[in-house]
Amino acid sequence: MSWIPAVESALNAAVRAGTPLLYGTLGEIYAERSGVMNLGVEGMMIVGAVVAFGVTLHTQNPWIGVLAAALAAGALALIHAFLSITLRANQVVSGLALTMMGLGISALLGKRYIGTPLPNSLSPTPIPILCDVPIVGPMFFRHDPLVYASLVLAPLLWFFLFYTKVGINIRSVGENPAAADALGVNVYLIRYACVFFGGLLSGVAGAYLSVAYAPAWIEGMTAGKGWIVIGLTIFSMWSPLRALLGSYLFGGVTALQYRLQPLGVSPNLLAMLPYTFTIIVLLVGTSERIRKRVGAPSALGIPYVRGEKP
Amino acid sequence: MLGIRVRVERRAVTPTWLLAAASALSVASALLAISALFWWYGVDPLLAYRRIFAGAFGSTYGLLETLVKSIPLMLCGVGLTIAFRALVWNIGAEGQLLMGAVAATAIALFVPGIPKPLVLPLMFLSGFLAGAAWGVIPGVLKAKFRADEVVTTLMMNYIASELVNYLVYGPWKGPEEWGFPYSSKFPKYAWIPTIPGTRIHYVTLALAVASAAAAYLLLMRTTIGYEIRVTGGNPDAARYAGMNYFRTVVLVMLLSGGLAGLAGVGEVAGIHHRLRYPSGISPGYGYTAIIVAWLGRLNPLAVILTSILFGGLLVGGDAIQVALGLPIAVVNVFNGAILLFVMGGDILTRYRIRVEWRRGR
Repeated sequence: MSWIPAVESALNAAVRAGTPLLYGTLGEIYAERSGVMNLGVEGMMIVGAVVAFGVTLHTQNPWIGVLAAALAAGALALIHAFLSITLRANQVVSGLALTMMGLGISALLGKRYIGTPLPNSLSPTPIPILCDVPIVGPMFFRHDPLVYASLVLAPLLWFFLFYTKVGINIRSVGENPAAADALGVNVYLIRYACVFFGGLLSGVAGAYLSVAYAPAWIEGMTAGKGWIVIGLTIFSMWSPLRALLGSYLFGGVTALQYRLQPLGVSPNLLAMLPYTFTIIVLLVGTSERIRKRVGAPSALGIPYVRGEKP
Repeated sequence: MLGIRVRVERRAVTPTWLLAAASALSVASALLAISALFWWYGVDPLLAYRRIFAGAFGSTYGLLETLVKSIPLMLCGVGLTIAFRALVWNIGAEGQLLMGAVAATAIALFVPGIPKPLVLPLMFLSGFLAGAAWGVIPGVLKAKFRADEVVTTLMMNYIASELVNYLVYGPWKGPEEWGFPYSSKFPKYAWIPTIPGTRIHYVTLALAVASAAAAYLLLMRTTIGYEIRVTGGNPDAARYAGMNYFRTVVLVMLLSGGLAGLAGVGEVAGIHHRLRYPSGISPGYGYTAIIVAWLGRLNPLAVILTSILFGGLLVGGDAIQVALGLPIAVVNVFNGAILLFVMGGDILTRYRIRVEWRRGR
């Protein structure tokens, strides 16, 4: 069975490449479930990447780097929250502005790190016994701790969103904020918290890229992953469990790029794959019938003002 | 007894002077915030702004370059005002511009037998069509399948960029270009003429200004423009009124994509005279144009002014990159910060504070 090692290494690569997408998507799902669309994921992610790299380099502890990245991206998310929740500004434009800011600031901060190696990067720590199970072992249990954390986080966030009181409140705020408000739910607080949480996870996604995946700082290294996250959020139909599937599917497409390259296909044409795939996936995921059935947040993108019709 | 009551209320109409004042105040605040960033980064902000201003507006050369860079911004920006008015978020001007550049290159280098005087007009035409096609695809996907156009247009940008890379590193790579990712040089008759002694390719500039005027007339004086604005104001109302949603969305994407395509023709045929790697054709004109359109309050005529302002910012940005050793992407900081502050400043235009003096009983 000579094909098994090849499949195992491909699946391993798919999970690795899918992990930053998973973190980003989980965060965006929470923001959008509360009714706020944050198109600034790309910007928050790349700031997370540069902050994680710099802090890890200086403290020699990748975990402090990851934490700092989460907080930095969370702070950016709060700008978006302030503009879109408090000032009721246009969420599309505000998210775009955030992305531009993030790309610019990260380039400014990261200039000194270009070409610098990272001695304390996060490296794979296989889980004993489990990692020897054929197929599943290499796919899930030969990674760094951030991958394991995401594997635990996705089902937890799913459970929290659908089966706890706070989760129900989050969804009701995204569905019908006026009704939630009437029931005594603090709409603004929940929206702020969800957008902030989305920022934290985007930061972790970026940190994964620069301290585990690459590990290096490259200007513009997110290369549209933050935008793919926006597509994946829709594809996942706002469910953290389906986000797992979507992220690894996309990770697989990304990994496929590097497998096909030796066969003589132009790397530039292969690089189009994930982007093309995103468009196709959006078509599948957004038909009106499906949106209705899975319960896309009805108040998505609409600011809430007490006593005013949207 | 006297009582004072302060009320914050929504404005029914916003006077133009207030919009202009709020914009100016917002831009000024953004520049102030960025200067904090400069200072923290170890660059004297006053020096940086002096260099930017001097670079962009302080010399004849700077002024001319500002105008050169405002051409693609104006074309893309005008197109985006049309799309944004219909609440269609075309973020794909960058890709549409690149496709225009690709189509123009195809005509200039790879279609033999075109009579020489017809080459340039055909380049503009094909550039418009290619950009329009690149815009219509996400337009159809939005109108027919509700596929989010922000994501699709962005994905199309990345695809266009990889396509240009593929062409200039692969089949279109010029054999005499020393291994650089460039196509061969266009023949002279495929160059857009420039005002002597400058890089201003005036045909494209004229097209840009004309498109601003035409877009203004379209939006304000025609039935189609009315439908575009109603669709943007309230899509459901537009549908109940019997307006054709599909047609409106596809039309605005066609126009905004086409105008961005023209900008691409201008860059390759007016400036570089060859197809180059993507960032060599456009340092993000399509993205900057989003701010140009937004700061112009989605008024095509105001876009003429804001595109010159941001053209200056790009020229000034180049100047400080060289002088102060800042990365190219610093322009993004300006773009993002100005946009954020303008959005924040908009609150001033939407609400007013009313102070009432009342006599107590």
